[in-house]
Amino acid sequence: MLKDKYKDEIAEILSRYPVKRSALIPLLYLAQREQGYITEASMTEIAGLLRLTPSQVYETATFYTMLNLKKVGKFHIQVCKSLMCALVGSDTVIGWMKNKLGITPGETTADGLFTLTAVECLAACGTAPMMQINDDYYERLTEEKVDRILADLKTNGTCPLKSGPYLWPEPANAVKRET
Amino acid sequence: MPKYELVLLKNMMQPGYTGSLKDYEQTGGYQALRNTLGKVAPTDVTGKVMKSGLRGRGGAGFPTGVKWGFLPKDYQGPRYLCCNADESEPGTFKDRQLMERDPHQVLEGIVLACYAIGAQSAYIYIRGEMVLGSKILEQAIGEARAAGYIGKNILGTGITVDVWVHRGAGAYICGEETALLESLEGKRGLPRVKPPFPATHGLYNKPTVVNNVETLANLPHILTRGPEWFAGIGSPPKSTGTRVFCVSGHVKRPGNYELPMGVTVRELVYEHAGGMRSDKPLKAFIPGGASAPFLTPDHLDVKLDFESVAAAGSMLGSGGVTVMEEGTSMVWAALRLMEFFYHESCGKCSPCREGSSWLVQTMRRIIAKRGQIQDLETLTDLCKNIAGRTVCAFGDAEVSPIMSTLKHWRHEYITLIHEAESANLIRPESTGARH
Repeated sequence: MLKDKYKDEIAEILSRYPVKRSALIPLLYLAQREQGYITEASMTEIAGLLRLTPSQVYETATFYTMLNLKKVGKFHIQVCKSLMCALVGSDTVIGWMKNKLGITPGETTADGLFTLTAVECLAACGTAPMMQINDDYYERLTEEKVDRILADLKTNGTCPLKSGPYLWPEPANAVKRET
Repeated sequence: MPKYELVLLKNMMQPGYTGSLKDYEQTGGYQALRNTLGKVAPTDVTGKVMKSGLRGRGGAGFPTGVKWGFLPKDYQGPRYLCCNADESEPGTFKDRQLMERDPHQVLEGIVLACYAIGAQSAYIYIRGEMVLGSKILEQAIGEARAAGYIGKNILGTGITVDVWVHRGAGAYICGEETALLESLEGKRGLPRVKPPFPATHGLYNKPTVVNNVETLANLPHILTRGPEWFAGIGSPPKSTGTRVFCVSGHVKRPGNYELPMGVTVRELVYEHAGGMRSDKPLKAFIPGGASAPFLTPDHLDVKLDFESVAAAGSMLGSGGVTVMEEGTSMVWAALRLMEFFYHESCGKCSPCREGSSWLVQTMRRIIAKRGQIQDLETLTDLCKNIAGRTVCAFGDAEVSPIMSTLKHWRHEYITLIHEAESANLIRPESTGARH
């Protein structure tokens, strides 16, 4: 149950809004963080927490593409395919991914590590082609970079090539904020 | 290359600037807040913003001060400010930079706007994918709260403004202000029928202002340097101030360039963004995000201000300038954007929900060389039955790629159709019932 494990966090989320239902998307994110996707059980529990009907929760949950109602791989690779990225080679990037992972968009590798999705614009058009993997952006992709990212994620679960805080074009001597 | 004074990007372009509270304060940050809260009447703040000519930077370009002025004067209950950080318009990536590199500039603008409109709560609705941006903003809010710039009794003035970050979850339509409010209320992001407008019936049915990130980031500068200074930049009287133009596509140096409004596309593309990436000349460009109609090399000397771009048949929109070189298929480009709109249509209004699907199907048929000449009429007819017939502006936006490419590059559609006919590739299924 979310409410036992995340009692304080749930209370903090609820404190931000004068109307409970506003906490719905934040709580769905919490459920997704816990299990990798949003289960029916967690939606029922959230409905109870917010005094909504389960169908009200389901109605909202099914509208948003970032809320996964099905299991996804440990690393969810989302390659932008909108025009701005497509102009500079996003279809090629999707092609690399298909070859390297042996899956097509919408599929997950047999080991459950990678899910590949072709998505619409992620607001990084100046540094295209780009992709998002879980919470991180990877931009100005080349085949070498893609190889390194996939290898790093497999072995370390993280990759230093992730980008941001965003500034492009970069001036000389730019310093990044620690987060 | 002409050099202009940077306003919004000035801090972040300094060597060593991290966007921390300390860095921001050292560049004069939060001085506008210190000099305004409790010292200048809220109505005078609104008056200054009106006088500056500041217009919304999200896409619609509505005058900010006027928007604030719509709030009921005598309403006693809560009011809200929502910072629209749902940057999702294809071709636009400026708000992300403003938030991730100089978050306090945005926060100071938020507190100033709250003061002007009498709001005690502000929500920053940031697109869900920008996880890093939301973390940086939350960290900055923590810093500002500890320093007394946000929270209860700000700097001892008795004024309270609380700010929270609210993450969206992947829906372009939530950048539309009433869809944003629905989403913030925990519902599906479906735009509301207007009127009533958010100014009277907004978040939780209370008076609400929704302003874009870049719009809010301008406020500290307007209040510190004065509305006259701001109104002197750009193309006065209607397009004042700078604009962070986002350049993408086939240029040498894509990225964000802050320039006074009214610079020409030619200057932006060839001087600031380094020109075309290869020896192929420019074939087409979009001046203001995916919702803005395509323009041609004949429009390179169009000034990038609200009026001039509108007069050229497009719109300045979000400031996202996408450049395409010779050799790019305009039918393909229009289809790519149409697929975006098809994916993002929220489904509330039938013309948009059904029409976007039909447009994509018809365009795919033409690209696959299974098109017929009547398809062009079908496309035009569909577009005319979508634009202006929906609750929000999405309907007008989604037809612009097809309508504008049909206008300027109709021959490319016809060539594809002729190829289909001459190769006798028309298959039985494409001659049957037409959607």
